[in-house]
Amino acid sequence: MSGPRTASPSLDRAELAALQPLRPADGSRWRGLVLPIAAVFLWWALSRLDLVNSALLVSPGKVAATAWDQIATGRLWRALAASLAREATGFLIGTAAGLVLGALLGLSALANRIVGPSFNTFKQISLFAWIPLISVWFGLGDVAKVVFLSLAALVPVVVNTCDGIRTAPPALLEVARVYGYTRWQTVTEVILPAALPSIFTGVYLALIYSWLATIGAEYLLVAGRGIGNTLVEGSEHFQMDLVIFGMVVIGLVGWLMNALARRLERRLSRFR
Amino acid sequence: MTETTTAYSNELDIRSLGKRYANTQIEGGELQVLQDIDLHVPAGRFVSIVGASGCGKSTLLRLVLGLDGQYEGRILLDGRPIEGTGPERGIVFQDHRLFPWLTVEQNIAVGLRNAPFTPAQKRELVAEHVALVGLQGFEKSWPHQISGGMAQRVAIARGLVNRPRVLLLDEPFGALDALTRSRLQNELQRIWQKERITMLLVTHDVEEAVFLGDQVVVMQPNPGRIRRIVDVDLPHPRNRSDPRFIHLRDDVLSDFLDVDADASPAALPASPAVPGRLQLAW
Repeated sequence: MSGPRTASPSLDRAELAALQPLRPADGSRWRGLVLPIAAVFLWWALSRLDLVNSALLVSPGKVAATAWDQIATGRLWRALAASLAREATGFLIGTAAGLVLGALLGLSALANRIVGPSFNTFKQISLFAWIPLISVWFGLGDVAKVVFLSLAALVPVVVNTCDGIRTAPPALLEVARVYGYTRWQTVTEVILPAALPSIFTGVYLALIYSWLATIGAEYLLVAGRGIGNTLVEGSEHFQMDLVIFGMVVIGLVGWLMNALARRLERRLSRFR
Repeated sequence: MTETTTAYSNELDIRSLGKRYANTQIEGGELQVLQDIDLHVPAGRFVSIVGASGCGKSTLLRLVLGLDGQYEGRILLDGRPIEGTGPERGIVFQDHRLFPWLTVEQNIAVGLRNAPFTPAQKRELVAEHVALVGLQGFEKSWPHQISGGMAQRVAIARGLVNRPRVLLLDEPFGALDALTRSRLQNELQRIWQKERITMLLVTHDVEEAVFLGDQVVVMQPNPGRIRRIVDVDLPHPRNRSDPRFIHLRDDVLSDFLDVDADASPAALPASPAVPGRLQLAW
């Protein structure tokens, strides 16, 4: 080492290494599956031993057979495709509108004063209370469902976007002032990046809510087809195997979306 | 009054600076945070301002920086009054205030965001300053990955990268542990010796003030005033064990250790033991 420099990078590299999080041992991941597997086994045992009325609790075997039938005849994919298409449409419309409205409310004090109180009241209305109005205005078909889903996606996005923008750290805004950032630079290079985690939370919630709303919409606005309709059909004809199958599919799709959103968030938040 | 030409011209000229805040708890309705501050900082010098909490030293820095435009008196930089913030005055805050979504080198480049350099020149300046603060190899690290001392070094680099005429430092090492603080004081002295940029440091640490400064401005509170200015005529780099250094340090410290008769709290009314009326803080 030469020179009178007192900085010693080797010490800092050790500090750096100490800051990396440890990875968990691989075995722990599989422990999460113990409960579900045990539950399925219990279910199989109960139906095999005929301990429960077979009309109410169909055997796993029957559910599997129904599942195969639905998949093979393509009915599952058609239903799923219809539901997901509606969900995607509603989610995109609601999120886009939500981002714009949320940004407006967050950045403009004037907009907040004019639109804010109305929006705060509007968001208190429970989502499903909109169904009667929507069904009268838009019918029971696809359009009505998409409107409903857009509403479901809109509210969390607006709230979280607005909140994220308004809680951008004032300390960092001062730094922007010191370095002569213009208003536009401050908004795009300081406020929005600072608000990004909150905005992402809003979008993530919108995804979940719009999926939940998709199923609900199919119960209540019954025209058309979708995975929710499959469930309704199954329960009306007392085909419990179809019902359980539908539930499993819905749960799996929800889980997939969750995983996707989580993966995306991790990618965008590398700096956290 | 004729002024003899000195070796340095006045870089920063603060004349009769005063600052008041409205405050409903004080009789008269106003709290005088700074009063009659007269400070002349020659170019290329290091001036330390030391005082206890509440003496207005951070307010003084914010006024010089241009974050606050309401004050009495005048602040002149090279003969011209300051107007808002500007690239000729840089700052290092007590908290590093790095943007968490930018890497170390991008954070340093924030200082050059609106500077009139080409991208190539900016890259070179950033690289120069990464080397200046001793952070080579960490250019692409995120703020959450580096230690507090390293983050503060990035903040120093950011403050210096667009070549300000004056660098203001607001208790820059206050949030760090004692060992890191010591190291960074040495670092800052080395940087100043190399760059010779005018620096104005605010601190509550008397030893730091005497170690780094050519002049130590001692402030007292209620209202914030300059008590006295002590010249530190010791060679660089400073030696903390030098008897002259220790003597000077103790001299300045003595201002704070005896109970002040004239730092009277008469401005604030005595608060009653039982509050007359309960009041929510928000």
